[in-house]
Parts: sequence; C-alpha cells; structure tokens
Amino acid sequence: MKKNEILFLQGNEVCARAAMYAGVSFYAGYPITPSTEIAEVLAELMPAEGKAFMQMEDEISSICAIIGASLTGNKVMTATSGPGFSLMQEAIGYGHMAEIPCVIVNVQRGGPSTGMPTSASQADVMQTRWGTHGDHSVIALTASNHEDIFAMTVEAFNFSELYRMPVVLLLDEVIAHMREGLTIPEPGELPIIERLNTSVPEDSDYHPYFAREDGRLPMSEFGGIHRYNVTGLAHDMWGFPSNDPEVANTLIHHLVNKVENYKHDIARYKTTNMDDADIVLISYGCSARSAKQTMSNLRQRGLRVGMIELQTLWPFPDDIIYDLCRDARYVVVAEMNMGQVLHQVKEAVSNPDRVFLANRVDGALINPEDIENVVNLLRGKGK
Amino acid sequence: MAVTDYLREQFMPHIWCPGCGHGIVLNSLVRAVEQIGLEKNDVVMVSGIGCSARMAGYLDFHTMHTLHGRALAFATGAKMGNPRLKVIVPMGDGDALAIGGNHFIHAARRNMDLTAIVMNNNIYGMTGGQFSPATPKNRYATTAPYGTIDEPFDVVKVATAAGASFVARSTTYHVNELIKLIREGIEHPGFSVIEILDQCPTYYGRKNLSGSAVDMLKHFKENSVKIGKGTGAPGEIEIGVFVKEVRPEYCDKYESLVKEVQGGKK
Ligand SMILES: Cc1ncc(C[n+]2csc(CCOP(=O)(O)OP(=O)(O)O)c2C)c(N)n1
Ligand code: SF4
Repeated sequence: MKKNEILFLQGNEVCARAAMYAGVSFYAGYPITPSTEIAEVLAELMPAEGKAFMQMEDEISSICAIIGASLTGNKVMTATSGPGFSLMQEAIGYGHMAEIPCVIVNVQRGGPSTGMPTSASQADVMQTRWGTHGDHSVIALTASNHEDIFAMTVEAFNFSELYRMPVVLLLDEVIAHMREGLTIPEPGELPIIERLNTSVPEDSDYHPYFAREDGRLPMSEFGGIHRYNVTGLAHDMWGFPSNDPEVANTLIHHLVNKVENYKHDIARYKTTNMDDADIVLISYGCSARSAKQTMSNLRQRGLRVGMIELQTLWPFPDDIIYDLCRDARYVVVAEMNMGQVLHQVKEAVSNPDRVFLANRVDGALINPEDIENVVNLLRGKGK
Repeated sequence: MAVTDYLREQFMPHIWCPGCGHGIVLNSLVRAVEQIGLEKNDVVMVSGIGCSARMAGYLDFHTMHTLHGRALAFATGAKMGNPRLKVIVPMGDGDALAIGGNHFIHAARRNMDLTAIVMNNNIYGMTGGQFSPATPKNRYATTAPYGTIDEPFDVVKVATAAGASFVARSTTYHVNELIKLIREGIEHPGFSVIEILDQCPTYYGRKNLSGSAVDMLKHFKENSVKIGKGTGAPGEIEIGVFVKEVRPEYCDKYESLVKEVQGGKK
C-alpha cells in the first residue's frame, strides 16, 4: 500500500482492514446482513497474510471457535448482526467468565427477531450490556464515521487484550454500508496492545486466574509451557471449579471491578460547542451524524447547542455525562431505539426530568429535522 | 511416563458415582496417550458440559471445559489456531448428539484432525436421568416415565454419513480394545469418532432395572459382536473400526490454500 493512501471504502471494509491492522490472526463467522462484508473482505485478506479464516456452521460455533483460537495464542474476531448476536450470548458469557480476549462486531439491524435486516437501528445497546446471564461488566464501543470505525476496531482489540475479556464493537447498518474516503493509518500510527504473556518459568506454578496488583492476568497459551484448566464454572486461581462462597464472591467482584475501576481509561467520547451550551445533544453511531447537523442548524439560529458523541457505550461514562450536563437546560438523546442510552443518561444526570428522547425506530435513518423538532417542542416552538 | 503422571491428582476425588463408566474411559484414554508417547504440552483437551465433560479437569493437558454441546466448536478454533497440537474432545451422548448435533456433523464434514470420544451412556447423567437422542425406544427416564417413543441416533451411522474419516465403536467392558481404538483414533490424521457404550448405573441402570454396574458391563460383554459377525438381532452391539480412510485434512488444506494464494496461484 502507498504511504497514507486514501481509499473509498464501505464501513464494513474499514472494520475488516482495521482488524488486520490490529493483528487479527483468526476469524470465524456466519453470514448475516448487514455485517457480511466484514467476513467477505477478511476471507480475501487473511489467507494472503497466512492468517486463519473460517466460515462456521452458525454463530454459536463462530464465537466458540474464536475463544478456542484465542487460547491457542491468537488475536481473534467474529462479526454478526442481531439474530446472530442473540445466538452468541451464552458463549460471550463464557468469554467473560474464563476471561478470554476476543472481539465481537455487531452491525445492528432492526429487531426484534429477524426484524428489518437491511434497515438502520441502534436497539442492541442494552442487549450488549445484559444479554448473557449473570453478573459481569462489559466493554462496548461504537463509531459514527470511517476514521472512527478504524480507530475503535483497533481499540476493541486493545481493550480485549488489556482487560482479558470479550469486547463488543457496536456498529449500525448506516455506517457499515456507507462509503467514505479514509486515509489508512500507517503501521505504528495507532498504538497496538499485544497480549500480556506470563513470565513464570516452566517449572514454577502459574496461576491463570491470579490477578496482578493492577488487576491484569498474564496469559499462557495452550500448547505452551504451562498446562492449566479453563472453565465456565466458578473457579479458583488454578482455573479449577469451586463451590466455595469466598472464591465465587472474589471472582464476581473481580469480573465487575476489572472494568468499572478503569472506567475513565475506557471512556472515549467527543464534545463540540460544549463551553456555552445550554441545550446538550447526546448521540452516537449513525444518529450522531444527524445530531451534528441539527447542532449547526440551531447554532445558526443563535441557539447555544452543544453535543457529546459517545464512542464508549459500556461501561457507561456516567460521571462524565453528569459533569458535562450540569448546566444544561435541556438534554436531548438522539438514538435509533426506544430510549436505551436515554435511560443511562437519566440515571447519570442531576436532573433527569430535563432529559428527552429524539428517536426513530422505523428503520429509516433519523434525520436532523427529527431531532430539531424535539428541541423546538421543548422550547415551546413546536409545530 | 507413568500413567499417573497424566492425572491432576490434586483435583481428586472425582465427581463420578461408584460404578460409572466414565472412569474406565479416562483410564483407557490416558493409556492410549501414554502408548503413543505424546508430550503433555502437545495435547489440548476440550470438553462440554455433563458428567463425561468433567474428564478434562482431571487430566494434566491444556484443558478447556466449555459449554454444553459446544466442545467441538471450541476445539475447531483451538486446532485451527495452532494445528501442531493434538486435540481430544470427550463428550456425552447428549453433549455430542442433541445440543451439539450440528457441530458434530459439521466437524465430521470438515475432517479437521480432532478426536471425538462419545461416551454414550444412553442418558443425561448430570441433570439426573432424562432421555437422550441415544436412548433406545421403550426405555425409561425421568422425562419418559411411560417409556420413550423417540427413535435413537446410531452414532456410527451419523458420523459415517457426515464424513468422519475414522469411525469406531467399543464398550467400557472391552478395555484393552478400547485403548487400541482410542490410540488409532488419535493417530488417525483426520476427524475421528470413537463411540464408547458406557454405563450410568445411577440413572439409566436404575430406571431400566439393568442391575448394578457389573451387570451392565456383563450386558456389554454378552451382547457385543465384532463387525460383520452378528446375526442382526435387536440389541446387538457391533464393535470395531467401521471407517478408516485417509482423506485431506482441513488444516493441511488451509495451509496449501495459503501457499497458493501467497504464491500468486489463486
Ligand atoms: C445450554 C444448556 N442446556 C442445558 C444444560 C443442562 N445440562 C447439563 S449436562 C446435560 C446433559 C448431560 O448428558 P450427557 O451429555 O449425555 O453427559 P453425561 O452427563 O451423561 O455424561 C444437560 C442437559 C446446560 N448445562 N446448558
Ligand atoms: S450420574 Fe451417571 S454418568 Fe453421571 S457420574 Fe453418576 S453414573 Fe456417571
């Protein structure tokens, strides 16, 4: 590739190329609109680089296969959409419990069920948080343009290695299928976090589930010098099943705290015109593109509108939202669902009665006027 | 290496009931691995959920105890992620054929070098004795108090039809043959299925008045015939190697594909 080459790409292609940039060495997936192009691009790129690509029999086997391959020392990814993401939930929980790094891309489409396969939606935010059973914390990232899809894909791999866990990249049909110019970052331009391997020598005891002081758990790949057990049952520091309440208690707290204690490090967001804003728009993904336009339309009319674009959805950056919205007269959350991030924002701010929803759930992209109408209504200027 | 060197004795006693056949399978498997002379660091064992799946924890390999029915899917990733490793997958009949049936047929079709060991006790042991896809018709289980009306799967036929390149059957009575078959299965360069008829005296035995574990073993002894030597009588257990054919292995095929792509041939 030429230096700083500018390519005209679809969002899904950007995600696939960013995965290669991050060093993905194993991909397994099952075709589903609107995510399929990620697999198609990787099916071409990966063999050429000697990396493993597999099309599996379903999404359950896809997520299981990537977890297996992660344990034999690979950076791994799968990509899917709503129905496939639902099928993956049990194994995502296994990934959390066994603490296996992996990246799951969910290009959202309308639901529930088969829903609207080719239409835009952002209705999987809560499923991403609570989709699998049991207590644990999650990391989920999103993006609204191609430069950010690239950066957030790389970040998803980095977080999965750093926190030793599954990380979800929540894209949507609009940005995944949209074409935009992108300058592909040069190697080394974006930081890449590699797996932390244990330095415990061969004949000493290695405890796969004994966290260091900073909460990190160095790994040892299957086939390497340390043999140990990995299980989805509650387990001790050896990875052996345990029913001891003390062991279970420590484990569950660890699974939550290893993310929640680093919430600020994981928070990615952008602010625009927030210095004097008394109306704050909060949005993400495709909706953020429209919200941005709403902001500039209203600014031209003299309204003090600012915007927060979220790139980290989970862990939800609640204290950042609290601080940024403290002086807001109104907060409007623009999203393509019935109020999933709205709910989180209401919980985060000091005055939830000032938080309103601008949404669309009909499959058509929310447009700037949809959001503007809500702001006008709030100002008593509604049509 | 001594056979006990393959055990994680610190994690014993095991959870299996007295008389359970799963221990015989573990024993045979360890002896097979010892005879081949595999390095412990070169063996990955992937299991699902069930009494049978607990085997992984007791063995000193790289062990992954995963989800009910999904062992072969995890194993497929582990093997493809490092094709140098020997991957052994012990499964219960429910694990392999009910919830994991789809992965079973597709793993067979792909012919990846995995060794699938189906510990067929004709019942769901771990959840307390419900019928499985391998429970024969007119047998009793906690969810079949009036007898089963379902037709069972024949593991050998399913595996053969789906494309497994090594398919064998034995029982927990035939320990010496079992060691040989497991050894052959592990050494076979492709997808191997070894069905082992195995006793669950606690549930299947009790529900079906099959007597003690010893009685169940005697039943295996008295009803087993070598392939082709039977009369076709109902209840007859044909044992031996049904399929053994060297066909292109999945990881090898992928490696060739990579070479062709990189060499500009594709
Ligand atoms: C998704 C899911 N469904 C159901 C179960 C409950 N379950 C655990 S083991 C098992 C069946 C075990 O039977 P089998 O696989 O034949 O092994 P055995 O215990 O007889 O060795 C079931 C149904 C589960 N753990 N996960
Ligand atoms: S319940 Fe049956 S299969 Fe499970 S350990 Fe007991 S005898 Fe074995």
